[in-house]
Amino acid sequence: MSSALSLLELLSPYPPGWGGVLIAGALSTVAISLGAYGIGILVGLLGALGKLNGNRPVTAALDLYTTAVRAVPELILIVGLYYAGTDGINRMLLALGLPAIEINGFVAAVAVLGIVQGAYMTEVFRGAILAIPIGQIEASKAFGMRPSLRFRRIVLPALIPNALPGLANLWMSVTKDSALIAVVGYQELALATRLAAGNTKHYFLFFFAAALLYLAITLVSNVIFSALELHFRRGQPKIA
Amino acid sequence: MNFSWISTYWPLLAAGAVQTVLLLVISVTLGFILAIGLALAQINEPRAIKWLARGYCTCLRGTPLLIQLWLLYYGVGSLLPLIPGLRASFLWPILREGFFFAAVSFTLNYAAYEAEVLRGALLAVPKGELEAARSLGMSPAQVLRRIWLPRAIRIALPTIAGEIVLQLKATPLAFTVTVMDLYAVAYKIRQDTLLVYEPLLVVTAFYVFLTLLVTRVFRIVEAQVPIRR
Repeated sequence: MSSALSLLELLSPYPPGWGGVLIAGALSTVAISLGAYGIGILVGLLGALGKLNGNRPVTAALDLYTTAVRAVPELILIVGLYYAGTDGINRMLLALGLPAIEINGFVAAVAVLGIVQGAYMTEVFRGAILAIPIGQIEASKAFGMRPSLRFRRIVLPALIPNALPGLANLWMSVTKDSALIAVVGYQELALATRLAAGNTKHYFLFFFAAALLYLAITLVSNVIFSALELHFRRGQPKIA
Repeated sequence: MNFSWISTYWPLLAAGAVQTVLLLVISVTLGFILAIGLALAQINEPRAIKWLARGYCTCLRGTPLLIQLWLLYYGVGSLLPLIPGLRASFLWPILREGFFFAAVSFTLNYAAYEAEVLRGALLAVPKGELEAARSLGMSPAQVLRRIWLPRAIRIALPTIAGEIVLQLKATPLAFTVTVMDLYAVAYKIRQDTLLVYEPLLVVTAFYVFLTLLVTRVFRIVEAQVPIRR
C-alpha cells in the first residue's frame, strides 16, 4: 500500500483522517436507535394492552400488524415504509392544498425503525404482562384502583423484569438494523464507513473499524442491561 | 395497482427466487455444521478453544450483518487479488462473484447465532441419558452421534425454525453486493418500470410464502418426535 497517509492518519478524527466521520456516524446510529427504541416501547405497550384488552377488530388489526412486520424482511420494510411514508405524507399535504415537504432523513429513519420495533415490542410486552401472577392484578382491582392507577402501580413495575431480557435483545437488533438505513441513503455508521472506504480505497481498514465500533456499542449495552436487570429484579428470588 | 409487468419479468423473478433460496440453503446447511463445532467448543475444554469460540460468537452477533458482508466483499475482496497466482487460478471466477461473498458471510453469521442455540440445547439434555449411554460403553463420539446431538437438535427445533426465518429475512442484503436475488430483481423492475410499490409487494408475498413454508415443514418435523410433557 503506497498511500500518502499511514493507517493511523487515516483513522485520525481530524481531516484528512476519516475518524471523525466514523464517530459522527456512530453517534447518529446511537441516536437513531434510541429514537426508534423509544417509539417502539410506546407502540409496544399500547399494542400489548390493545391485544390483551381490546375488542375483536382491535386485536385483529394488531395481529395483522405484528405478523406482517415480523414476516417481511427488514430491508423490504425499511425501503417500502421509507418511500411509502414520505410519499403518503406528501400526497396528504397535497390533498389538503399544502406544499410538499422534504422529510428529514433522520425522522424517517427513526419512524420506520420504530414501527418495526413496535411489532416485536408488542409481543415482548404481551408475554411479560401475561406472566404477571393474576392474583396481583385481581388484588389491585379489589382495592378499587382505576385501570390507569393499576397499570402504573402494579402492572408496569411487575412487567419490567419479565420484559427486560426481550427488551435487551430488541435493543441489540435495533442498533444492528439501523445499518439498513444506509441502503436508503441516510448517513449513519454503515454509510459513513462506505464513504470513507470508497474515498480512500482502504476498504478492509474502515469496515473493520466500523465493526469494532458496533461491537463496542453492543458490549457497552450488555453491561447497561445487566445492571438494569439487577436493579429491577432486586428483592426477587434468584432464578437458577 | 399495475401488475402487467409480471408477464415480461417472470423469468427474472424466478431466477431471483432461485438465488434467494440457494443463499438460504447454503448458509443454513453449512452454518449448521459449523455451529455444531462451535457449540461443542464452547462447552468443552480446553479453555483456549472455548474462549476462541465464545469470542467468535460475540463478535459476529455483536456487529451488523451488513458490515460483515461489506467487510468481506469490499475489504477481503480488495485484498484477494494481491495473493499471487489466485487471479489466474480456476477459483477466480467463483471468488470474484458477489454471491460467493454473500454465501460465506451469511454462513459465518448464521453459524454464530445457531451455535448459541445449540449450546443451550446441548446443556439441556438430561445428564442421566448421557451417563446411561456412557455406562453402556459408548465412546464419546458415539455418545455425541447417537444420543447427545439428536436429543439437543430435537430440543432446539422450534428455535432453529425461528433462526432460519431470520436468516431468510437477512438474504436481501446480498443485493448490496451485486447478487441478483429476489430483492435485487424487484429493485431492477422498480427502476425499469418506475412502479414504486407493486414489485415490492410481489417479492414480499414470496418471502411470506417461504416463511410459512419453513414454519409448516418444521411443525411436521416436530410432530415426528413429540416431546412428552
